[in-house]
Amino acid sequence: MNMLFIYALTGTGLFFIGFYALIIHTNLLRKILALNIMGSGVFLVLISLAMRSGHSSPDPVSHAMVITGIVVAVSATALALVLMLKVVDITGKPDLHDQEDE
Amino acid sequence: MISDNLIPLFMIMSSFLPALMIFGLAEERKNLRRSLNLIGVVSTLAFVVYMFSGVYQGHHYETRFPLLPNIDLVLLAGPIALFFGALSSVLWFLTTVYAIGYLEGSPHRSRFFGFFSLCITATLGVAFSGNLITFLIFYEMLTLVAYPLIVHRGTEESRLAGQSYLMYTIFGGALLLLGTVWLYTLTGTLEFTPRGFIENVDEEHYFALVSIFILLITGFGVKAALVPLHGWLPLAMVAPAPVSALLHAVAVVKAGAFGIILVVYEVFGVEKAADMGLTQPLAVLAAITIIYGSVMALYQDDLKRRLAYSTVSQVSYIILGVAIVGPIATIGGVVHLVHQGVMKITLFFTAGNFAETLGIHKVSEMNGVGRRMPLTMTAFTIGALGMIGVPPIAGFISKWYLGLGALQADQEWVILILIGSSLLNAGYFLPILYRAWFLPSPEKWPHEHNFGSRETSLMLLIPPLITALLALIFGLLASSPYSPLEWVKLIASREFY
Amino acid sequence: MMQFIMTLPWAIMLILFPLTGAIISFLWSKQGNKIGLVTITFVLISVIFLAWSIIEQDVYLHTIGGWDAPLGINLYADGLSLVMLIMTALVGLGISIYAISYFSADQSKRFWPLWLLIIAGLNALFLSSDIFNYYVALELIGLAAVSLTALGNTRKAFLGAMRYLLATLLGSLLYLFGVGLLYHGFGSLDIATLSRNVQSTPVLWVSFALMGGGLLLKTALFPLHFWLPPAHSSAPAPVSALLSALIIKSSFYILIRLWLSIFGPLGDGTVESIFGLLGAGAILWGSFQALRQTRLKLLVAYSTVAQIGYLFLAFALAMSGGSIAWNAVVFLAFSHALAKSAMFLVVGNLLRFGGHDEIIHLDRVAQRLPITTAAFALAGISIIGLPLSGGFIGKYFLLESALLQEQWGFVIILLLGSLLSAAYIFKVISHFFTPSSTPHDSKIIPANMEWAALLLALAAILLGLFSSSVLSIVDIGSPFELEGEKL
Repeated sequence: MNMLFIYALTGTGLFFIGFYALIIHTNLLRKILALNIMGSGVFLVLISLAMRSGHSSPDPVSHAMVITGIVVAVSATALALVLMLKVVDITGKPDLHDQEDE
Repeated sequence: MISDNLIPLFMIMSSFLPALMIFGLAEERKNLRRSLNLIGVVSTLAFVVYMFSGVYQGHHYETRFPLLPNIDLVLLAGPIALFFGALSSVLWFLTTVYAIGYLEGSPHRSRFFGFFSLCITATLGVAFSGNLITFLIFYEMLTLVAYPLIVHRGTEESRLAGQSYLMYTIFGGALLLLGTVWLYTLTGTLEFTPRGFIENVDEEHYFALVSIFILLITGFGVKAALVPLHGWLPLAMVAPAPVSALLHAVAVVKAGAFGIILVVYEVFGVEKAADMGLTQPLAVLAAITIIYGSVMALYQDDLKRRLAYSTVSQVSYIILGVAIVGPIATIGGVVHLVHQGVMKITLFFTAGNFAETLGIHKVSEMNGVGRRMPLTMTAFTIGALGMIGVPPIAGFISKWYLGLGALQADQEWVILILIGSSLLNAGYFLPILYRAWFLPSPEKWPHEHNFGSRETSLMLLIPPLITALLALIFGLLASSPYSPLEWVKLIASREFY
Repeated sequence: MMQFIMTLPWAIMLILFPLTGAIISFLWSKQGNKIGLVTITFVLISVIFLAWSIIEQDVYLHTIGGWDAPLGINLYADGLSLVMLIMTALVGLGISIYAISYFSADQSKRFWPLWLLIIAGLNALFLSSDIFNYYVALELIGLAAVSLTALGNTRKAFLGAMRYLLATLLGSLLYLFGVGLLYHGFGSLDIATLSRNVQSTPVLWVSFALMGGGLLLKTALFPLHFWLPPAHSSAPAPVSALLSALIIKSSFYILIRLWLSIFGPLGDGTVESIFGLLGAGAILWGSFQALRQTRLKLLVAYSTVAQIGYLFLAFALAMSGGSIAWNAVVFLAFSHALAKSAMFLVVGNLLRFGGHDEIIHLDRVAQRLPITTAAFALAGISIIGLPLSGGFIGKYFLLESALLQEQWGFVIILLLGSLLSAAYIFKVISHFFTPSSTPHDSKIIPANMEWAALLLALAAILLGLFSSSVLSIVDIGSPFELEGEKL
């Protein structure tokens, strides 16, 4: 149980590190990476919470959720990267500043 | 034949459907538009007359439609409803004829007449509403459909006037909604009842009831041009003359006054309102408005503005009659709804004639107009004298009953107000009459249109003559059984005994 | 025959039709318009039949593949889901009719597959009964919506889409984290099961904070609304309509469901106050910003921010025991969807017509585009909450609920909100009548673009007349009651 708890804690830590990075950086690639790290953090938490007492195998539903989440993360990252390239194409820089003045 | 319960709905439809059809017409289809207009007007009038006679024979006309849980949309042909409804439909008929003549050759007539028609739909809905929610709905509808008429000319000036109008009326509408919903949470019903429906509310809600009264009166007071809520009215004069006539004599302003009448008589009950100490402040406010309006009118050179301030002042006679608790004062106030209507519309019609025929917009330009346009000026004179209160024109009857009612209710100060305002009225109307009849005309009128042998087009001439005649008849024959006065006596009796 | 119709699995079709339509329109992209129109019509028909069967037989429950909860996926439709589905179908039809003429052939190829995917996602969301299915549906909708936003191909569109993507992904991750915790804490993903198992522990409230935070971000409640104005205002008009009218409501719907079944019965009043406060802030801030805008599209976007505030105000009142307030929530959501989509379609027309959407330079639109003007006016009436409209009914219930609970602050905010919205709506309308100082070339607007806007706006008004029918539909399955007692 102890190891799993540490995993869960790590996952949460990753989540918050990613969150911080998402907000602080203006560079789009870093933001996208930050989101990925946040995602990994969540998945780590989900898996480490998947151990059930009284059963010999871990909970498959949690695993199913993580697999779905990974698939979603992949597609989302792909979309994000394409969009980032479009932004670079049009503005010349991969930056997203705090709020554009209209 | 048709069920009694559908007649009020048909009456509303007979102005609503033509409006929708007119919207769809191209500008050039003049004749079709005229026909639709007149069909709408005549059928509406027919329905009102039908209900009028039916009620005498004991029929009951009521349309109900569930709107919200426990609250219906109700159209009901009661005595007050028929009174206001008859005024509105007859005057609308005349105004439509006038407007057709006035807007000859103007752009966007389809849009204009469509909204014009919708205004009467809304006004009749207001007149025939059977509960506060129905009233509110049609009242707000009136706010909205009158707006395109005010900004019709499309100038920056009219846009600003429209903006001012909306600011005031939407604000009033918000207060009305709050008051209505609040009242509902206290009483569980909103149906208009003679002598009010709030008896069952506990004493502990006294403060709430007073607040509701203030909210409702303020909300209605905006349209009724109660000081200090009257600011939009003089600005709205930028609209074409038929619009001013409609707004000031028939629809918007009267709807506000009508709302106040209903709040005092059929929501709170006049005796209950007096017990709560609500009527005296209202009377004072009305008195202030009467004097203020008349004083401001003295300073206006623009004819329509002078008439606008006169309206501000005159509508408060109605409110004053309502606020002085007593059957005779009630009669005076409520009958003024009709009397002021026919007199004021005459004045606006004639003002429009002067503008259209001779390009006159200011009082100072009216020298000698009586010789150039004698019939129009006669109508104006009758209207003006009626406003002052000269017998035997209808205005005198209203003021007489107001005065008597004040005495009966021990409110002698009101007599001073009546005398003072009549003097002020004389002060701003008599000089016009003098100028028009007795001074020589200028070399050249500001902008003259020639109408051949007649002084102006027939469609512009006949309506004011008819309304002036009505003002005379309502006064002369006030004691005959079908006069507005007798009808109002019937209404008043339901509220007091 | 009737019996046969009622046994067909309409819920499945509601998801399958648009999915299939999306794939077909992707493969056969030249016929996008026709495929799209056919599909959305099928969706509308399915909704009607589903409604019919629900009205006859109470709620609808379909167990996919025969695998029951907690492992399988159930599709469940009660009155609330049905109203949301009807809203989606109606708005969807309106936007589809508009989109046929709006897009160029090139854009059209990309629009239809994504659009139909979103419809599938929305339907799936409204029919789901477990919290993970919500996640999947949210992601499907979110990614497709971002792509649609970027369809505008302009700098603003890409930046707006990027911001939207980052915000929506953040929201989803927060939500997923919460789902994981909730699952671990109470052993099931199925909502009905969870509602039986939950207890007020720290785990519950942490997961609520996470899920709630994510959903609030997706619903753009003040102050988490920052991504909405750039995204909604830079997308093509039909997409903006979709975003403001439907997608915003989807995350709001999840929040309501979670509250009703899981978190609500254990709440102690703090959440209500927070929602009420934020809602009030949204109304004031959104309306104030709307008033300041010179471009119409931004004005309409900020109007959405304000209207979301109304939804949360009603939510807050409903949470603290006002059953009337649930009626307000339903009417406000439904009428806003119809009216706001109509408004964005109008803006699309104006942009196409004059080439710009500067408010003061609107040039006598009332004369030249009367149908569009009427659409904007009617939609505006519903947004302001003037009678007679769905928005009025919603505001009425809201006011009644606030007065009954003696929440005077809410009453004042409500009135202020109405006045502010009247101010910015009429500011726009007044410029419809006046000529502009700088004339612009004008283009012809296809009839279906004008009529789509008008019909949607009319629907918002008609909603006000048929409130009792709508209320009786919503009550099917008693979504707002928990074991007999109204929440």
